Formats: sequence, structure tokens, C-alpha cells
Amino acid sequence: MTMLADRPAVQSTPVKSGMLDPHQLWRSLPGAVRKLDPRLMWRNPVMFIVEAGSVFTTVLAVADPSVLAWIVTVWLWLTVVFANLAEAVAEGRGKAQAATLRAAKQDTVAHLRDGREIPATELQQGDVVVVEAGQVIPGDGDVVEGIASVDESAITGESAPVIRESGGDRSAVTGGTRVLSDRIVVRITQKPGESFVDRMIALVEGANRQKTPNEIALNILLAALTIIFLLSVVTLQPLAIFSKAYQAAAPDTIAIDAHGVTGIVLVSLIVCLIPTTIGALLSAIGIAGMDRLVQRNVLAMSGRAVEAAGDVSTLLLDKTGTITLGNRQAAEFVPVDGVSAAELADAAQLSSLADETPEGRSIVVLAKNEFGLREREPGLMTGATFVPFTAQTRMSGVDLGTRQIRKGAAAAVIKWVGRSSDEVAEIVDGISASGGTPLVVAEKDRVLGVIHLKDVVKEGMRARFDEMRRMGIRTVMITGDNPRTAAAIAAEAGVDDFLAEATPEDKLALIKKEQEGGRLVAMTGDGTNDAPALAQADVGVAMNTGTSAAKEAGNMVDLDSDPTKLIEIVEIGKQLLITRGALTTFSIANDIAKYFAIIPAIFAAVYPGLDALNVMRLHSPGSAILSAVIFNALVIVALIPLALRGVRYRPSSASALLRRNLWVYGLGGVIVPFLGIKLIDLLIQFIPGI
Amino acid sequence: MAGWLFVITLVLAVAAVYRPLGDYLHRVVSGRRSNVVERGIYRLVGVDPEAEQSWGVYARSVLAFSAVSILFLYLFLRVQDKLWLSLGFDGVPTHIAWNTAVSFVTNTNWQAYSGESTMGHLAQMAGLAVQNFVSAAVGIAVAVALIRGFAARKTKTLGNFWVDLTRITLRVLLPICVLATLVFMVGGVVQNLSGGADVTTLTGATQHITGGPVASQEAIKELGTNGGGFYNTNSAHPFENPTTWTNWVQLFLILCIPFAMPRVFGRMVGQNRQGYAIVAVMSVLALASIALTVGFEVHAGGTVPQAVGAAMEGKEVRFGVPDSATFGAVTTLTSTGAVNSFLDSYTSFGGMMPMVNMMLGEVAPGGVGAGLYGLLILATITVFVAGLMVGRTPEYVGKKIGAREMKLASLYFLVTPAIVLIGTAAAFATGHNATALNAGPHGLSEVLYAFTSAGNNNGSAFAGITVNTPWWDTALGLAMLLGRFLPIILVLALAGSLARQRPVPESEGTLPTHQPLFVGLVVGVTIVLVALTFLPALALGPIAEGLS
Repeated sequence: MTMLADRPAVQSTPVKSGMLDPHQLWRSLPGAVRKLDPRLMWRNPVMFIVEAGSVFTTVLAVADPSVLAWIVTVWLWLTVVFANLAEAVAEGRGKAQAATLRAAKQDTVAHLRDGREIPATELQQGDVVVVEAGQVIPGDGDVVEGIASVDESAITGESAPVIRESGGDRSAVTGGTRVLSDRIVVRITQKPGESFVDRMIALVEGANRQKTPNEIALNILLAALTIIFLLSVVTLQPLAIFSKAYQAAAPDTIAIDAHGVTGIVLVSLIVCLIPTTIGALLSAIGIAGMDRLVQRNVLAMSGRAVEAAGDVSTLLLDKTGTITLGNRQAAEFVPVDGVSAAELADAAQLSSLADETPEGRSIVVLAKNEFGLREREPGLMTGATFVPFTAQTRMSGVDLGTRQIRKGAAAAVIKWVGRSSDEVAEIVDGISASGGTPLVVAEKDRVLGVIHLKDVVKEGMRARFDEMRRMGIRTVMITGDNPRTAAAIAAEAGVDDFLAEATPEDKLALIKKEQEGGRLVAMTGDGTNDAPALAQADVGVAMNTGTSAAKEAGNMVDLDSDPTKLIEIVEIGKQLLITRGALTTFSIANDIAKYFAIIPAIFAAVYPGLDALNVMRLHSPGSAILSAVIFNALVIVALIPLALRGVRYRPSSASALLRRNLWVYGLGGVIVPFLGIKLIDLLIQFIPGI
Repeated sequence: MAGWLFVITLVLAVAAVYRPLGDYLHRVVSGRRSNVVERGIYRLVGVDPEAEQSWGVYARSVLAFSAVSILFLYLFLRVQDKLWLSLGFDGVPTHIAWNTAVSFVTNTNWQAYSGESTMGHLAQMAGLAVQNFVSAAVGIAVAVALIRGFAARKTKTLGNFWVDLTRITLRVLLPICVLATLVFMVGGVVQNLSGGADVTTLTGATQHITGGPVASQEAIKELGTNGGGFYNTNSAHPFENPTTWTNWVQLFLILCIPFAMPRVFGRMVGQNRQGYAIVAVMSVLALASIALTVGFEVHAGGTVPQAVGAAMEGKEVRFGVPDSATFGAVTTLTSTGAVNSFLDSYTSFGGMMPMVNMMLGEVAPGGVGAGLYGLLILATITVFVAGLMVGRTPEYVGKKIGAREMKLASLYFLVTPAIVLIGTAAAFATGHNATALNAGPHGLSEVLYAFTSAGNNNGSAFAGITVNTPWWDTALGLAMLLGRFLPIILVLALAGSLARQRPVPESEGTLPTHQPLFVGLVVGVTIVLVALTFLPALALGPIAEGLS
């Protein structure tokens, strides 16, 4: 553990979601055995019944020992242990992460502004602390004074330092991160013990995990099925006694005698019928789902939020940074009045050499890429005077001796030149109409042409949105642009709808309107003015770089501050539900084969005709019952990797998903146990006494 | 061949009335204007027809109405000798009166008595027949309340029970019954108030043959899926069911309303295709069951049937094997329970089919109203499991199936199997199975059948067991009572819970509940749930018998 402590947290425990290390099973075994405590088992009614049955058969086996009784008893106990093992393995992954997070939390000392020094754990909401270079920030809060570079790798795993400064949207700091330079004053916003790191630890440990709504509903169904099977088996006893008495000549077997079905076999039948497979794996599935989010550096504040993500039907996405790259880029040089494109590109590049804005850089790069114009170092050009952009002139440029080049807003540049042409006006209007921004380039007394700046839609976004549409999710782009520009970008990106000239109030109103219609809404946000909308949305993902108000309002935080991750979150939410549904189907479908194994095993001695149901031609009543019990236990272990990884999910329509999962888990659930039980029977028939 | 024709024409006729009858039912339960008679009834009972009821009030109204009905019918039967037209019969003994009162109010119509030797004409007409009407109306009303829950947009109310009860009785059941009575009379069913006549039979013995208002009773017996016969032998009696074509009309009456209810569902939730999906589930199950039953009976194994050429024991010659088997299947698929042949004498597997039909939970198509709400519960459970498999909180016609909905739906499907299994086990554990005529697996079937029939409110008798003892009357009475009203309370609670929800709009990500895949899934879930629950018991009864 010491080795882990001095490495960045989340990155230090790379848990490959797909692979299950066999050692992990072994390491989790003690934890699994500890979970046999009935007070803990009670939380899982299905497995509690199995445990109670195991105790009962143990008593029977002690009182009346036989080979079958003892082997069944051992396998029933193993069934319970395997179920606990699934949960322990799932929790184990989180525990490793929690340990490193704790290490980052260490014994930090808080330096209050009034000079006192107190342990970080005693900080109250509203305290103001000073953090100098090299110190660890003692708690979550907002920078109220100063600017500093902060190493947040302990939380995000990202080693590049980030800037935190007072005011604005970059004021939030997280406890446990380290100030690398300068000095900041921080007002603490967390309550003691409720810091971000505390919540993260609670989350990944899986302890005291709240059950999510769908999980509760599924638990109810499983409990009902358990009761049904319990009833169906218990009420069988008087019927069995009656039948045995009627066929008085039928020999007693290990499964049935004058007192009815033997206790060992009755318990075996119950355990095989109740939905143990899903009952054993249900909690592991939930923990692993949260874990998958954490691995993608997303912290969900509740399991409920993760489930809601699967239900989302409207996705609000900010244009800038999510759909488009952060800034506009030069896309084309459009020369006018007989000027050659290369000439225009040269002038445009010259005028932009000192322009450090992303737009300016993109002009230089485009000129280089399209016309091979090497970038010239501004400092090395003699006689060049760069004219910076001002809000008054609305243009920038360069004076090279007598040569004056300017680029800027169309109106400003045309005014500077003093004359224009229809051709220029036409091009400028055309670019505006297409959602781009025209920059006019001119040299002293003539317009050379226009640079077409446009938003660049991130690669692959259109495909992503098509996927969303197939999943039944509507995507809405939110932008401050005017409707015309917004419409053009929306069409290019392939979103379903857009909200132009959006204010925070508009956003909130849109969310409420969608929710009125019964839709669940997901969004991302980082600014303080996003907070109301984040709180209103069903899934509000706050960026870790955002303000603490935003992080407080949302129900998830993305440590990577990558707004596109919303799409992955939705997929993880869906995968979680699908895994539960698929394993439930599998578990119930399994019962068919178990009936064909156990019913003839018990009753063929009484009514020989029932041997016709022994379609698997199992060796003997004992081997049939034992095979079913062993299969029932082993299938849990076999499915642990699937429970942890989640079933394969590809975005597609509901019908396609259902069809596929029914084939795999429904039909598979019917067939697999027939094969499994037969195989086990072939092996165990050689055990003497079976 | 005639057997096939019988079934095919029946299917076509029921299919033909699906839309018109469903649309008419929809108009009746959605309409708001009352006529003079109805306004009179509302004033008499003191009901404000405009007042909407929450699920709790609706449920309390159903329970209060039914409790009063049981009490009234019980007293009526006890004192029938003091009233008119008793034909000289005594007051009905306590345990039989209790059993019969519960039986008719719960739409079960289990008959622990023999009609022509126990009940006077007034008790038949004013006691039993009235319950035939209103118990059927209660079933439809509860189904409509559940549909309203699915169709509602954030409301707390489910309509008004008294209005539903009145409108369904007066506008649907009564007019159709008047028509059907005339048809039956044309077909030769008796309709008089005669006390009967003593006749000398061919062998020289004297036999008392009772007349009575049979045709009118017969109409509502079938239309309301009641099944309580005027005579002990029910629809096997030539006065109740004289010919093959009256047999056909009886089956048509039984099937028409249960199969039209899904149309009401489709109309009210605004998607007719949802109705088609539900009716498809019902049809697949029903046709499969009829085909199997007829198949088992026609291709009867066993020494005697093969010697005589057909499994004719216990079947009326005028109906023949296929029509009798069809009747047996249809009356158990619906909660009618009328019989025109002696099920106890069916082949082992043929006799198992009526039992399996009832074990399905009376959903294919089930009793009037009760069949639809039972199937909607099964669809809800299917939606839940299938919905998880598509990665969303499961929703059915726009309503989310959450923890509360699952709790109610799960309890619903627990109730009936619990009653059947516990009852059967109790009979064997206490030795009351001894009144069964047979020992061994067949005796087991006789006991299992009785509780299956009572718990599912079917009322069909396997026969071959004496059940008019105090223990059986009490136990089966409780089974009928709990098997009817616990599910009704759960259904109404579910309706209330659904009504409060705001509907979720449909999208590509929504599980489609109107496609063949879903229909197949509901069929599968229904069969698997039943198989898993009852297979052990069936294995020791009909399956052991059939495989020996």
C-alpha cells in the first residue's frame, strides 16, 4: 500500500474492466466468508434462504450422515460463499482506489488567515485558509484571492497542473490537491467529513451502498419468485407422502421415503429453483457499474443518477468544447477582384503573425498547409510594425514599410479601405449565412479577399449522434450564437435540435419543458450560472474545472472535464440495467433444466412412468440432484466476470437489443444447464454412494 | 371435420365482434351522460355520478358492494323456504349457503349443491342470476379502472365504481342477455316457472323433471363467464344446452366480452395496436390449449377408448368428442367453469389441460374483466424483465414500472398460486382428500382441481370429489373469497399508482410492446411462471397418471 500512496491515485490502480484476475477471487475469499454473518445476509433475501437451507442440511447431515448429504451440504455452503465472493471481488476493486485516496487526504494542516493552525478535519464551512506553494489544500472551497497552479493528479490522475484563480469559473479547488506555485486564499465550502474525497471514498468502497430504484424493484420480483418456489416445494410434501403411501410397494430411496421427500433433497430443490444466480450477482453488478464510471474518471453522487443516465431521452450539449472544437478556425481563403488565392493567403498570414488568438494561429497554419507558406518569426522581420486588435478599430494587421495589411470585421475593414465591391459583400453575406465568420483582408486601398472562419465540428460527432438517435435519445445543441449560425452548425453536426442565443434561464426553461413531457434530461455544465440547470436536470454532469456551485448542483462530476463523456455515461447506465435484466432472464430460464433433473430423480421411484422426464438420462437420483446443486453453484462463479464487466452493449434500438439478449440469455439460459448438468453427472457418477 | 368447423367458425365469430363490441364497451365506460333509469338508480343509492374516486375509495366501494351482496345472498338462500316459488325446498344449509353466496359474488359459480334439488325459482332468479350480472360487471369495472390508470396523466382518480357498475350492467350485459335468451328459447332451452313434472321413463321408473327460467339464466351464465348451471349437470343437461348449435352460441357468448376487452384497453390508452398485442397473447394461449385438449381427447390412449373408438365416457353423444373438449377448454380458459361433459373421465392429459388453463391465472382470455387485468399484470412483469434488457427503467404504455408497481404486480401473481398450493396441501395434510372418489394420482388431481378452480374463481368442477362437507365448503369459500378480492385490491392499488404518473413519451429506446416479439415473450413468461409453480404438483397428478 505504501507503494500506491506515492503515486497518483486513480491511475495507480488500473483495473481492466474486462479481465478478472484469478488471484483476486482468492484474495477476496476471507471477505466472502466474513459476509456469511446472517445479519449481513439478510440484506439479500434469496441468498439468505440458501444460507438457512445450508444450516438445515448441515444439521441433517450431522444427524444422519451419508455421502450425498455431506456433498450437498458442502455445495450449498459453497453457493453462499460464491455469492459473497462476487460481492467481495466487486468491492475489492473499489477498496484499492479508496486506499490511495485516503493517502492523499493524509494529515493536512490548515493555515487559517488569522494565523491559527488546525487539523484539516476540523475545518468548518466558511473558514478562510491560506495555502502557499508546496502545501496541500486542506478542504474543498473557492479561491477568494490570488492565482496559483495546482497539481490535481491525486484526484484526476492528470499530471499537468491547472490554474486556479479567484472569481470566474476557475475558482474551485479540491481538498487533497497541492499548490505548486504562488499563494491563494481559499474559503472552505464543504462541511466536515463531506469533502469531495470523502464522497469519492464512500463511493468506490461500495460500503453502505444505497440500492437504486430499479434494483429495489428487481429485488421485489426476486423475493416474490423465491416465495413462489418455496411454497411450491413446501406444499409438495403432503402430496409426496400421499403418493408414496399409495405406491406402498415402491422402494425407499435417498430422495423419498414414507415421510415424504427427504430434507436434503427438499432443500436442494428449493435452492435450485429460487433465482440464486441473479440473487448472488445483483449487488456485484451494481458495485461494478459504479466502478466502471470511476474508471472513466466520473464520480456519480448516487447510484440513482447512474440509473437515470440509462433512462435519459434528451441530451443537452454545449456547442463549444463538446460538439465543436473550442475555437473557430480558418477554413478557406476566398480572393476577390482577380487577386490570386496565394497572394491573399500570404497577406492573411503576414497580418496574423503576431495574432496569438486561436483564430489567428489557425490562419497562419492554413496558409502554411494550403500554400506552403512558411511561418515567419515576427521578431526576425525587419521594419515590421504589428498593429494589434482593439475594440475600437475591430481589426489588426501589420505595416511592412509602406505596405499596410489589415484584417478584421467586414464593416471595419471596408471603412478603412474606403470602398468595396458587390463581390465582397456577396461573399461576406454567404459566409455569414452558412454559420461562419468572415474576416476581410485588405491592403491599403484594395480588398484582397475574405477568410472564412468556421466552427469545426469534432471528428466522429455525427456518428455519435446517429447512435444516440438509434438509442432513442434526442440531442439538443446549446449555443450563444445567433439562430442562423446555430442552425448551420447543428445541421453539420447532425444534432436533432438546437437552442440559439441561449441564456441560463432559457436552458432551465428548456429542461423544465422536456421534463413536463415526461422526458429525462442530461446536461453538462461548469459555470456558476449553469448551477440551476444542473440541479434541475435528471443527470447533471459538472466539470471538475468548474465552480464549486456547479459541482454542488450536479449529481455527477467528470474529473477529466470532458463534456463528450456524457454519452459514455448514458451507455454505462444502460449497460448496468441490461446486465441485471439479462442475468435475471438467464437465472429463471435455468429452472427448466433443473426440473427435468430433480423431479424424475425424486418421484420416478414412486411412479416409474415419470422416468420419461429424465431426458438427460442422469445416472441416479443422487447424482441428478447433486449435479443440479453443483451446476447451480458453479454458474455463479462462471458469471462473476460477466457481472463485473457488464454484458456487451452496442447502441441500437430497443427491439434489436431485446432480440439479441433474449437469444443469448433466454435461449442460452434454457440450453446451458442441460449441458452443464449432464456433464457434471458424467463426472460425479463415479463417486461411491451416489 | 365437424369439430374443426365448430372451432373455426367460433374463432371467426369472436374475431368479427372484437372491434364493434370493444368499441361499444369503450363508449359505455367512457360516456358521461346518464339516462332516466340510471339517474333513478344513482338517486336511489345516493351516489353522485360526477364524483371521481381515488383507488382507495374505488376499492372500498367494490368491497362494500360485494360484502353486502354476499350477506344478502346468504340470507336469501337461508330463508328461501319462507319466500315464493321455493318449490317446497328447505332453506339452504349454513355451509352450503355460505359457499354458494361467496361463489356467485366472486364470479366463481362453484356449485356445492345440485340446482334442481336445492334452489327454488326465486332463489335462482332474484338471488343467483342477479349476482351473475353484477359480479361480471364488477370484473369489467375493475379492469376498466386499471386501464384508466394506464391511460391517466397525473391524476388521483380512477372513475366512479357505482357509475361503472350501473352502466356496464344496464348497457352491456342486460341487452345482450335479452337477445341471447330469445335465441336460446328458439334453440329449445326451457323458459317457464313450472315446478316440474313426474314422468315415467322407458324402464318404468318415475323421474321428476324440473322446468324453470333456464334460458334467461343461461344467457348471463355464459355472457358473464359465470358458469353456474341451473341444473346440476350444467350445460350437459338437454334443457340447458339442447343442440350443437346452442352449444356454439354458449361458447360465443362466453368468449365475446373477454376477447373484446383488449380493444377497450387499446382505445383508452390511445394505441389500438396495444390492444391487438394483448388479444394476440390471449389467442395464442387459447388456441394452443384448445388444440391440445381436443388432440388429447380425440387421439385418446387407453384400452377402453380404443376399444369403443373414442373417449366417449362422460361426454354427451349429441356433442361428440371435439365439441365437448372445446367446451371444456373454453370454459376453463375463461373463468366460466360451465361443463357439458364429465372432466373426471377425460384422458389423463386431456383432463390436465383444463387444470393448466386455470393455472395460467385465467388470462386466456379469462373472465370478463378479470382476464384482462390478469394479463396486464403478466404483461407488466414481462415488461419489467424485458425492459431491463433494453437498458431503461421499464415502462408499459408510457408508465414506468418501478418498485411500487413491481410490489403490487408480484403480490398479485403470488396470491392465487399460494391459495391453490396451500389449500391442496392442507387437504392432504388433514386427510380431507379422503372424499375424493379415486386414490393415487387421479385422486390427487381431483383435489388439486378443486382448489385450482376455486382459487382462480373458475368454478369448473372436475367432479369425482364430494365437496359439500363443512370443511370443503369453508375452505373453498375462503379460497374463492381471497382469490377474488385480494387480486382486485392489488389491481386497483396498481391502477392508482399508475394514474399518478406522468406518461413517458415513446422513443426508439422504448421497449415496443406491440410487436410479435413482445407477444411471444408474454406467452413465454405466462407459461414458464405457471410451469415453474405447478409442475411438482402436476407431476404427481395427471403427469404421473399419463406417463404410467
